[in-house]
Amino acid sequence: MAETDTAAAPAGGRLARLGAWIDARFPMSTLWKEHMSEYLAPVNFNFWYYFGSLALFVLALQIVTGIFLTMSYKPSAAEAFGSVEYIMRDVEWGWLIRYLHSTGASAFFIVVYLHMWRALIYGSHRKPRELLWIFGVLIYLALMAEAFFGYLLPWGNMSYWGAQVIVSLFGTFPLIGDSLVEWIRGDYFISDITLNRFFALHVVALPLVLIFLVVAHILALHEVGSSNPDGIDVKKLRAPDGTRLDSVAMHPYYTVKDLFGLSVFLVIFAAVVFFAPEMGGLFLEAPNFEPANPLLTPEHIAPVWYFTPYYAILRAVPAFAGTQVWGVLALFAAVLLLFFVPWLDRGAVRSIRYRGPIFKTALMLFAADFIMLGICGLKPAVQPYTTLSVIGTIYYFAFFLLMPWYTRIDSHKPEPARVRR
Amino acid sequence: MSRLRALLLAGLLTPAIAGAAEKGYPLQSANADVSNLASLQRGARNFVNYCLGCHSAKYMRYSQLAADLALTEDELQQNLMFTGERIYDTMDTAMPAEKARAWFGNAPPDLSLIVRSRGSDYVYTFLRSFYADPSRPTGVNNAVLPGTAMPHVLAGLQGLQQGRQEKTTGEDGKVSEHLVLAPGTPGELPAAAYDSFVRDTVAFLEYVAEPHKAKRLSLGVWVILFLLMFTAFSWFLYKEYWKDVK
Repeated sequence: MAETDTAAAPAGGRLARLGAWIDARFPMSTLWKEHMSEYLAPVNFNFWYYFGSLALFVLALQIVTGIFLTMSYKPSAAEAFGSVEYIMRDVEWGWLIRYLHSTGASAFFIVVYLHMWRALIYGSHRKPRELLWIFGVLIYLALMAEAFFGYLLPWGNMSYWGAQVIVSLFGTFPLIGDSLVEWIRGDYFISDITLNRFFALHVVALPLVLIFLVVAHILALHEVGSSNPDGIDVKKLRAPDGTRLDSVAMHPYYTVKDLFGLSVFLVIFAAVVFFAPEMGGLFLEAPNFEPANPLLTPEHIAPVWYFTPYYAILRAVPAFAGTQVWGVLALFAAVLLLFFVPWLDRGAVRSIRYRGPIFKTALMLFAADFIMLGICGLKPAVQPYTTLSVIGTIYYFAFFLLMPWYTRIDSHKPEPARVRR
Repeated sequence: MSRLRALLLAGLLTPAIAGAAEKGYPLQSANADVSNLASLQRGARNFVNYCLGCHSAKYMRYSQLAADLALTEDELQQNLMFTGERIYDTMDTAMPAEKARAWFGNAPPDLSLIVRSRGSDYVYTFLRSFYADPSRPTGVNNAVLPGTAMPHVLAGLQGLQQGRQEKTTGEDGKVSEHLVLAPGTPGELPAAAYDSFVRDTVAFLEYVAEPHKAKRLSLGVWVILFLLMFTAFSWFLYKEYWKDVK
């Protein structure tokens, strides 16, 4: 394709000639066509399909604001807290860059959770998109690690104790536990050494992993093609002349539509950044405005809101046989189960629009359950939250583990031949 | 293993204790107004005269203070700065931390972020809730932070309150005991004047906790307005492109 372009193009202006020159040496036009101007996406994307491009935007935002923060941040136990305040006060627009980054972290999880929810309701993970889903879950895992490492960097007291609790989880493993925790921290407690390695992981290692996974996620998507709210295979829909039906080009149709989605997102995002950057203590907690203090435990240690469903699961599982490792295993299992969803779901159709009442009920309850667990994880372990956590945990696992059974016996409606507008 | 259990337990049990302590003495609303420049200026003077002797605000720069509180460099240097300090210095205390530790048992905390970590109501109520307690080395105790090492620096202004335990019967029939403060020896200021003195000081500390907050709020309005306009344009652009899609 590149060669034919080179042959035909020189008639154009200087810019066209430059394009032809590049195309003869690098597949610029080919890539553009393949992934943008000639990548055909189903015409019926709805509200839930904004969150993929929004996640990409937030990733870019976190990288750019992160680079600027790194220019003034000092990754040392003695200076970290002060350097963040230096950014907030003395660096030109430093407060804005920092709030964009701290709000961006929470926004990342919000859009990713909604993106994952979209996949669950429309069956976007079903064959042939299993690998696409797996890349997605890996992105989610990398994002959790990225957020966890980044959370220690401001070196506030909640940063310190939050890291202390989460690192201690690895200490529950029999035999190797204590050495494992020491190896992670690089010290006998969370120290300057821990801060330095978390900084390296947060600004170099995990961003690289994330970018690699995002590229793989998008390549896998463009290989199999996007699913849609009707869950039918639009690639097979052809007009008599062989052209694809019910599909539009990614560019310009979905680029302009996603631009609209982005601008709505930015209104909400800016409202938080400028008017509620602490979000009532959910995005920036009060104890984190005190420097890390190994001798002073905050009154109530809770992880940041996006980890709290798993924290509730951790606390819901009782210790037995003299070890607490079960709660930790439940926590890991809760996340790892996500990988198997494409195979656990045995429904005859993809989209919730045509699925039976059992799956619809199970899925809606799951959403409510996840939110309930999130709230329980934020609260101290008192009644009624402890009981609700146990019920929520049981339902969480039942939803996944019983999925092969209840999706098989469930009824379904016939899928339409063409997408609904 | 046991360490995790201890940590989880710390996470589980302390809130109950802390919650009880918080319920013990209700916080009063500070009603501090950070947009009131005169109040901030009075608060700055109060802070320098009464707090800075022991407490630093080590992330706050005098130059920033001058700009935000509409003070000239001269006014700043004559009213708010010790001799020998320069305008680009931060508000450090003259008291060495080791000495403070020896005198009070622990170093007075830096107050740059006290309002962000504890809230303005906490600081306001704290400064109003000292009372005579001969069992303490300083002769005073505090209803908000029992056993505080801080002496009642403002006793000359407020006077010294008396505290007594009162029993009340709750709706559930449980008898609870709580601390009630009453005026004791009077100070220089009448009660209302003392409250506004504290309110000004809290307003200043609220400003110090986030000096760019005023700018953030005023800029935010314009950013949102711009983005709303941008949203309208992108909506029409989207509709224009999609009108041919059948």
